Amino acid sequence: MKKLFVLLLVAIVTLGLVACESPTTGTPSKSGGLITVGFAQCKADESDWRKANTNSVQQALSKENGFDLILADSNNDAAKQVSDVQGFIDQEVDYIIIAAVNVDGWDTVLKNAKDAGIPVILMDRTINASDELYECWLGSDFYGEGVKATEWMKKRFSGGTPANIVHLQGQLGASAQVGRTEALEDAITANGWTLLAQQTGDWSTDTAKEIMSSWIQQFGSDITCVYAENDNMADGAIQALEEAGMKAGGDDGVAIISFDANRAYLQMTLEGKINCNVECNPLHGPKVAEIIKTMESGGKPSKTETVEESAFFYDTITQEIIDARQY
Amino acid sequence: MSDLKGNNKLSKSTFISFAKSLASNRLTFSVVVLLIVVVQNIITTPGFFKITIANGLISGYIPNILDEASELVIVTLGMTLVTAASGGQDISAGAIMAVAASFCGLMLNGSEYRTDVFHSPYLLALLVGLLGGALCGAFNGFLVSKLRMPPMLTSLILFTAGRSIAKQITHGQTIYIMNPVYKWLGVQIPGVPIRTTIIVSTVTVIFITLLTRLTSLGLYIQSVGINDASSRLVGLKSSVIKFLTFVLYGVLAGLAGLVGSSSVGSVNSGELGLGIEMDAILAVALGGNNLGGGKFSIAGSIIGAYTIQAITTTLYAMNVRADQLNVFKALIIIVIIVASSDVFKTKIKHFTQKIFSKNVSVGG
Amino acid sequence: MEKLKQEQNNSDCMGKQPGHNDEAGPSLKMIGIGKSFPGVRALNNVDFSLRCGEIHALMGENGAGKSTLIKVLTGVHPMDEGRVYLEGNPVLVRSPQDAQRYGISTVYQELNLCPNLTVAENLFLGREPLKRCLIDWKRMNDEAECLLKELNILAEPTAQLDSYSIAIQQMIAIARAVNTECKYLILDEPTSSLDADEVQRLFDLMRRLKKNKVGIIFITHFIEQVYEICDRITVLRNGELVGEYEIENLPRFELVKKMMGKEIEVLSDLSVHKDESSSESEVPVLEACNLSSGASKVAPFNLKIYKGEVVGFSGLLGSGRSELVRTIYGADKAVEGQQFIKGESVTIKRTLDAMKHGMAYLPEDRKAEGILSELSVRENIIIALQAKRGIFKRLSRKEMEKYADEYIKLLDIKTASKETPIKSLSGGNQQKVILARWLLTNPEFMILDEPTRGIDVGTKTEIQKLILKLAEEGKSVAFISSELDEMLRTCSRIVVMRDRQKVGELTDSDLNQETIMRTIAGGEQ
Repeated sequence: MKKLFVLLLVAIVTLGLVACESPTTGTPSKSGGLITVGFAQCKADESDWRKANTNSVQQALSKENGFDLILADSNNDAAKQVSDVQGFIDQEVDYIIIAAVNVDGWDTVLKNAKDAGIPVILMDRTINASDELYECWLGSDFYGEGVKATEWMKKRFSGGTPANIVHLQGQLGASAQVGRTEALEDAITANGWTLLAQQTGDWSTDTAKEIMSSWIQQFGSDITCVYAENDNMADGAIQALEEAGMKAGGDDGVAIISFDANRAYLQMTLEGKINCNVECNPLHGPKVAEIIKTMESGGKPSKTETVEESAFFYDTITQEIIDARQY
Repeated sequence: MSDLKGNNKLSKSTFISFAKSLASNRLTFSVVVLLIVVVQNIITTPGFFKITIANGLISGYIPNILDEASELVIVTLGMTLVTAASGGQDISAGAIMAVAASFCGLMLNGSEYRTDVFHSPYLLALLVGLLGGALCGAFNGFLVSKLRMPPMLTSLILFTAGRSIAKQITHGQTIYIMNPVYKWLGVQIPGVPIRTTIIVSTVTVIFITLLTRLTSLGLYIQSVGINDASSRLVGLKSSVIKFLTFVLYGVLAGLAGLVGSSSVGSVNSGELGLGIEMDAILAVALGGNNLGGGKFSIAGSIIGAYTIQAITTTLYAMNVRADQLNVFKALIIIVIIVASSDVFKTKIKHFTQKIFSKNVSVGG
Repeated sequence: MEKLKQEQNNSDCMGKQPGHNDEAGPSLKMIGIGKSFPGVRALNNVDFSLRCGEIHALMGENGAGKSTLIKVLTGVHPMDEGRVYLEGNPVLVRSPQDAQRYGISTVYQELNLCPNLTVAENLFLGREPLKRCLIDWKRMNDEAECLLKELNILAEPTAQLDSYSIAIQQMIAIARAVNTECKYLILDEPTSSLDADEVQRLFDLMRRLKKNKVGIIFITHFIEQVYEICDRITVLRNGELVGEYEIENLPRFELVKKMMGKEIEVLSDLSVHKDESSSESEVPVLEACNLSSGASKVAPFNLKIYKGEVVGFSGLLGSGRSELVRTIYGADKAVEGQQFIKGESVTIKRTLDAMKHGMAYLPEDRKAEGILSELSVRENIIIALQAKRGIFKRLSRKEMEKYADEYIKLLDIKTASKETPIKSLSGGNQQKVILARWLLTNPEFMILDEPTRGIDVGTKTEIQKLILKLAEEGKSVAFISSELDEMLRTCSRIVVMRDRQKVGELTDSDLNQETIMRTIAGGEQ
């Protein structure tokens, strides 16, 4: 009995902590001709990238622009997110945007939304559900990002330097990892490059550094290129190289490819430590607004919509570009 | 003349008793596992024992293992003491690491996310970080020793909330500390050819060993862990001793956090020490320690920690495919845990006894 | 009977297959049992037999091999040599589950019940009556009630087990064992924590089972009880069979002799020192004024203990005698009253304070509160002294070893070495280690709560002698024992407790069994 009580107490405390950061779910105002949009965000303050993403949507779907946005932050709790979405349906919102915590478990709630006639827009993350159940998916074209990087590599390794690549993958199964890995593997086959080793660094600086140290022991100066699928792992790889006395980046060092292009790492690109940093644009807001407007006027968006993304190179980037970045 | 025969017999029986005591020693098992990993490397990884000096640092696979294991070793020390005294495990190590490193990062960086200059003295910032760890430990310790809550449940609070607290401290950002001095603790002090992590973990191991051996702390911890009531009646303040081990755990996890963040030059509260508590519990178990508390062996735990790191590094060196990596790790751990179980040990004992008795009968 | 004996002898001598005599033959027979543990020959060629419907005492000092024999019989330990026959058929008991299947049930001293389940749940745990895959609670409770009534156990099926006394719990454990179609019941020290009345109730239950043709093996240290209830006695010593006897052919004195293997020392000459001890004019070593640990534990009491005095504390189990001494020692917190040591007022908040004032406390429950099971004999001996010295003044290894050696020799502790874990010692030797632990702190006032419980006769005598020797050296002793004659032999004054109150102090001519009993019963008032 006593144990049960303690357990309950802890549960309450934990819930309380979560509740402190819980969503600001207001009642939807159908009045004033505003379009009501429910936004189920996975975790609003998870990272700088996610913050910029949330802000962008909030700005684009503001009252001034004719929207009434309800933000539900599930704090990475998949079950809570599903019930948030069900809440939107019960409130009879006009549109639902979902940045999914989990790929699975969406069938029932999406069916409910369809029955209620509420269009669903998936943002950034993909899910396992029939594409009948949602209107469109909006996000980054990860394969396209990979292609941008391999295009640069083609130029770099055209001059006779062998392309001996070590590949730090993201968390296996994440859509970003799948797209970026596929692009690299296709380019390797097409160009006859050498893949020395491939391992997952789980998006982590620390793990990436550890793996890179091991590869340096194994391959030494044979390594001419590191393809890291996010900034943190590129950071780890660069540190491992420098600690081993090898040069990272620049014209004659080991070529470093990175993705996401967060502000701190654009700084490293400017310093020349990262050769090529491909952006993963979090500013989905304007595009979402555009899609909703299209549907309001009777149009139909395509199943897959992507946001504009660019790549930054160590020899062309400027301080101004970095200062203009908000994430 | 008959002495000769007698001697022969004696040496044989001493050998058998030596073998038996070896078999029952809790350390033997972890040493054997580590040896297997090393031997496996000799076969599969060329240059495993090669040690070179690169960029003024001794480097190679073995220094790599010692370097990468250092955070785990430090946390494992704390886990060993907490397990022994309270008979339970504290699973908030990773969160405490994040909190400690965040405090330190905040002191050094002010509110800037990226800076070259320190905003406060380096040593002071390190001390504040350790203090943050100690506070977390004291929180857990208070709940366990005074309110008698089970350690795993207690530490679940910080396990869940710790990283959020760390995020609040750093305003949700990753903090990048560009001043090269920051990397002294986690990489290298200029002019010293050995990685600082290795030095720090070694010094910590020695410190904790001396602390438990030169004072009566070790004996007290074991007494309290074995039987709280008996310990109280012989005049030990069991709640104070438990509390102390949790504070020590907090400080050690804090130190691991500082080392970990220093070695990558940044504080990422979502990532630092993620899952390290589970490895630490495994290391304690591999070291032959009873997870139910009581007697403990620091040497065993440390060997356990290095074994876990050696396995990981070995798998990297063998270029096991990323999607198979965790399967391999899990398989190895299953084998180790099964082999260390009492049932299996008794079976082995019976088996060896059979062999011995056969040998003896043949000899006779 | 004669026939049977012959049969038995024959089979023993000639190694013939036993059990052909189906009608009256021993229904359980163990022959030539041998068992070794590393370094110890625990059992050597031991025979044992149990008939249907008899109560058979298994006697021996600690370390004689009783527990090992039982563990071999119930499949806890595999045996090295020998055979077991049930109703004439050889059987191999590999595990306790196996034993249960053959109808052999054991009720251990430490009850294997779940204190937070109800009585009925405990009775039917693991074999609950089912109705459509669900537990049929009604039927379970009804059946439990029947069973309890049949065995005359006063317990409600739906009440939580730990709301009953140990005695009732013990009987419930027996009821559970009997209910699993048990033909052979082993009771391991069932009476050691029961008072006289409860023992009688247990005996009633045993007689009832005997009538139902259940064979009972009864292990106990209480010789009186053996003679009250048993039919036959088997005596073991040092892992060997001494003999099997009909109860009427073996007088008590002979039994003790057989158990100890030597003439028992006459203790009566030990009690000569009593009268010399206390003198009224002296300042007491310890004085308690109105001390109380709250009414639910012990009501306020006054007490004076003088130098060189052995004071006994008597009363029924649960009368508060243990709680009283625990309050003095600070193991239970005092809520009111004052304590004086040698005339000076002291506050004792925790046990360490008491130790620093020269007290020592040997607790009643050796296993739960005394030993540190996995630590070595050496560590168990020095731990109190080390705690007293504090964390930074660590005893050197050499000092520890010196002390350990000294006390192992002084108290004649039988252990393989001073580094042996205490848990592998016999009960009596464990108790000696705990005594050594306290003697090492050089206390002036020792509290010994049931120091002789559950240990063999030889060690008992040694401990009684030690108590008197301590008193002679000028130390004061508070002594609690369930055995009155033991206290009468050693104490110069006896404090009597009833219902958590101190009801009297007896000295001189009042120190006899009758007066004490009468005071405990409180009839005169």
